[in-house]
Amino acid sequence: MTAIPDIRVVPRWRRSRAVLSVLGQLPLTGKIGLAILVFWLLVLITISVLPLPDPLAMAGRRLQPPSIEFWLGTDALGRDVFSRTLWGAVYTIPIAFAVVLSAVAIGSFMGAIAGYSGRWADSVIMRAADVTLSFPPILLAMTVAATLGPGLSNAAVAMVIVWWPIYARLMRAQVLEVRTREHVEAAIAGGAGRMRVLRVHILPLCWTPTLINATMDFGQVALLAASLSFIGLGASPPTPEWGSMISEGATRFYSWWIAMGPGLAILSIVLATSFLGDGLRDIFDRRSRT
Amino acid sequence: MLRYVIKRMITIPFLLLGVASVAFVLSQMTKGDPLAALLPERMMSNPEVVAAVKAEWGLDQPLPVRYGIYIGNLLQGDMGTSFTTRRPVAQDIAERLPATLELVIAAMIVGSSVGIGIGLLSARFKNSALDIGTRGFALLGSSVPIFWSGLIFLYIFTVRLDWAPGTGRLDARSTPPPDITGMYTIDALLSGQMTTFIEALSHLLLPALILGWTVTGIVARLVRSSLLDSLGQDYARTARAKGAPERVVLLNHALPNALIPVLTILGFTFAYLITGAVLTEAIFSWPGIGSYAVTASRSLDYPAIGGVTIVGATAFLLANLVTDIAYAWANPKIKVSQ
Repeated sequence: MTAIPDIRVVPRWRRSRAVLSVLGQLPLTGKIGLAILVFWLLVLITISVLPLPDPLAMAGRRLQPPSIEFWLGTDALGRDVFSRTLWGAVYTIPIAFAVVLSAVAIGSFMGAIAGYSGRWADSVIMRAADVTLSFPPILLAMTVAATLGPGLSNAAVAMVIVWWPIYARLMRAQVLEVRTREHVEAAIAGGAGRMRVLRVHILPLCWTPTLINATMDFGQVALLAASLSFIGLGASPPTPEWGSMISEGATRFYSWWIAMGPGLAILSIVLATSFLGDGLRDIFDRRSRT
Repeated sequence: MLRYVIKRMITIPFLLLGVASVAFVLSQMTKGDPLAALLPERMMSNPEVVAAVKAEWGLDQPLPVRYGIYIGNLLQGDMGTSFTTRRPVAQDIAERLPATLELVIAAMIVGSSVGIGIGLLSARFKNSALDIGTRGFALLGSSVPIFWSGLIFLYIFTVRLDWAPGTGRLDARSTPPPDITGMYTIDALLSGQMTTFIEALSHLLLPALILGWTVTGIVARLVRSSLLDSLGQDYARTARAKGAPERVVLLNHALPNALIPVLTILGFTFAYLITGAVLTEAIFSWPGIGSYAVTASRSLDYPAIGGVTIVGATAFLLANLVTDIAYAWANPKIKVSQ
């Protein structure tokens, strides 16, 4: 009896020997994006040992413009805006990460079931996704957040509800495409069970678009989180969260520096993830290359 | 094509029902009893008001009946009473909707025309400094937090340079034009009040530019790539061979075809614009439904937010439908199979 050859197909991103080789292939903008994200990660890890003034305590006179002592000035309560901006990473980055991860997990699970089992599960899940996608994102997030009450964790739940259908659609489309490939037919002919076919032969090939989208969405989620806080449905003062810092800046209109740091911080993360996402798409998804 | 349009139109009521159902479920989930989603706390102590609201929304009835009543009320345009304004939500929204429409339409015009312009420039001068610069400008627009760029622009153009008027739709002491469409610029034009028109337009300009900037990037990217695609086609080569200058090839031959895909994303950009409008209105004290929703969510005014959300979702679905129809109409190549 001859041995059955291993017909599993390993996707490009796992086949590539080392992560390093992928990084090397990134275009310049992708590398810049990655560097910005690494910077914020380092800030996140080292923030408690950095020699920064307490973000919640008065550091100097109120409403001081940027100076050598206060790089980004002080806010209406005399707090150091630079320190508060860096501390903002502690709220935004973990939340954006948790939201994207949950949305990917829930959405992909739903999408895989919909694409693989078809029939009523497909209809129910995809109609639910259609309805969710009928809402303008910020309005749905506002409604959910208002229902659950203000607070960052409630805002996070609201954002997961907004984002899961995108990943459900992505995963469903991938599963539908991969399940018709020959190696899947071969596996079924070889007597593999339904779950095994899905788990071993289909799903490993379905992650690339999800990965690229999740990278890009990270910035968008951070942006929506800040928007919700700006509106007053996320973090509340005195938390040094970027959205609520900008909202404080909006009431102190002439002291433009209060909003400058948090605004640039959000912008840097959104730009970084879209650069990195674009770069990753160029490497992994050659079909959509233009 | 007609079959396709009809099919798309049939799905809309179902999606709207889904939207209303989500709004219903959320209203039932508000903390404590569902009364909290209908009545502000300070009115809870008034037994007459409580009894009237309970009867109107069927709160003493079982859940399925309540759902029926909720949908029935919605169909009659009843979205409950706002906690903050103490007026029917539908009436509040009807009054404020024209301001939002004026802003969103102006932003759409700005965003798509600048986006097409940038797309043309960067396709014509591919990979030049101009290409990179304009694309960078467009990318910045879709990445910048609008509630921050709005602040910065207000500071620069209103406080520092004094080029733009302050917030709001008109100067503080001006009277609005007679109410015809509710859009001040159009109403002022229709009734021949030129000074009011210019004033309304100058107030509209900055928020519309900032809001339009958010979709410039999406439009520019699409126009650029589809122009580059068209310029490589046989008909473009034929035109060049017949001696047409590149400008003519670009504008007369490639552009009309390149604009078809732009139609498809107008519905998609509309979602962006609604999201952006909510935040822009909050910054510019623009009295539309976006700032209404923001005020409402700050005071957890559930009926008001729910109402705006249902109206926003309806507008979004209709925009997508119009987009689909326009696309099918503009491009005879499309064979719609579904």
